[in-house]
Amino acid sequence: MNLDFSFFTSAVIKSFIFKGLIFSFQLTAVAMIGGMILGTFLALMRLSNKYYLSLPSSFYVNTLRSIPLVMVILWFYLLIPLILKRPIGAELSAFITFTFFQAAYYSEIMRAGILSVSKRQMAAGQALGLTYRQCMSYVVLPQAFRNMLPLFMTQTIILFQDTSLVYAIGAYDLLKGFEIAGRNFNRPVEMYLIAAFLYFVICFSLSKFTKLIHQKIKIIH
Amino acid sequence: MSTFFDWQIFFKDTGAGQTYLQWLLNAWAWTLLVSICAWIIALILGVSVGIIRTLQNQFIVFLGNAWAEVFRNIPLIIQIFIWYHVIPSLFITLRHVPSFILVVVALGLFTSARISEQVKAGIESLPKGQRQAAMALGFSNFQTYRYILLPLAFRIILPPLTSESMNIIKNSSVAFAVSVSELTMFALQAGEETSRNIEIFLATTCLYFVSTLFVNQLSQFLERRVKIPGTFGGDK
Repeated sequence: MNLDFSFFTSAVIKSFIFKGLIFSFQLTAVAMIGGMILGTFLALMRLSNKYYLSLPSSFYVNTLRSIPLVMVILWFYLLIPLILKRPIGAELSAFITFTFFQAAYYSEIMRAGILSVSKRQMAAGQALGLTYRQCMSYVVLPQAFRNMLPLFMTQTIILFQDTSLVYAIGAYDLLKGFEIAGRNFNRPVEMYLIAAFLYFVICFSLSKFTKLIHQKIKIIH
Repeated sequence: MSTFFDWQIFFKDTGAGQTYLQWLLNAWAWTLLVSICAWIIALILGVSVGIIRTLQNQFIVFLGNAWAEVFRNIPLIIQIFIWYHVIPSLFITLRHVPSFILVVVALGLFTSARISEQVKAGIESLPKGQRQAAMALGFSNFQTYRYILLPLAFRIILPPLTSESMNIIKNSSVAFAVSVSELTMFALQAGEETSRNIEIFLATTCLYFVSTLFVNQLSQFLERRVKIPGTFGGDK
């Protein structure tokens, strides 16, 4: 069989691919920001010495981390309408699912980040009369975040790749855009190849950028 | 829905001469089979590529790096689609290969890139003196890796290797996309047939739990067995 890419014009990109690309980026961005905020709180809860804070957090994180993402996507798609008592679209369900799912992964990174900051930083903050909240938000968390920046970015690249799994509930993401275009022009083989190439270019450049940041942080230390 | 939970569903006949429970266990077996086969491919290729990436020959290192970058930077589901849709249409002889084998290859190669990264990091984390000492003793390159570097590196990378082995079980769920009858595919189909999604999903999720927990325990046992006192991770 011969490959023929001639049908792949800017009109095709505009009408099929662009919509999916925007959704994939939006999903990544929302899940990243929401997941980081939620993940930071989960990490703080987990490091707390009050068991009623640390236990639920570690239960949540460990549970989500040991279930395949596809199952989590399906679970949320099943449960959210039951809880809200009204149907929601696949796209909205994806936003909620990825935020809660990523929070579990980001929280583990954040926890390692907080532990990587010397205990004396906290002690120094307390000696200056800062409250726990001030210590965390002005002293510990900024350092923890910077130490873990490369890991956060690596996790975000994985998140971007994982957004393609919304295939399971049929949301219109980048992969879906390629698939529909491939079906319309009866050229699925070429479309999957272009999809793979595009994902590769995006993820590869992001991971190179991450390496750059990693080296920059290393020098400062 | 008469009651919230109706576990009787698992003893109902699917219409194909088996109960849903039998189907569930069958699907579990497929999940484990896909995972184990992919894991063997991933381990062999991942270790080889990881070693290659630490050699002195620039060209071979480049090939190893390219391997890792390609299989790491394309989402698994697209790699599975490529193996399932693209490869058989480009190479006619592969047209009758069952989708199970294609998924195993896809998952194996995908994971091999990640394992190669860990093997490389493990070898590079060793003190330079280890390699130099081996060279000073007149070890060949092969002997240096076989007797000095790899035994140390493997003990270091056992924990990340464990989480990669757990990931392979989780990632095997993506095989539903090409209709391999594993756990996720079972959840989707049985859920639709019975409209008892919650019971079906709970059972499926439990089996994933059990599988990953087992891998975790197994590798903790292995870690205790192989640790050398005086080295990384060993006592004193």
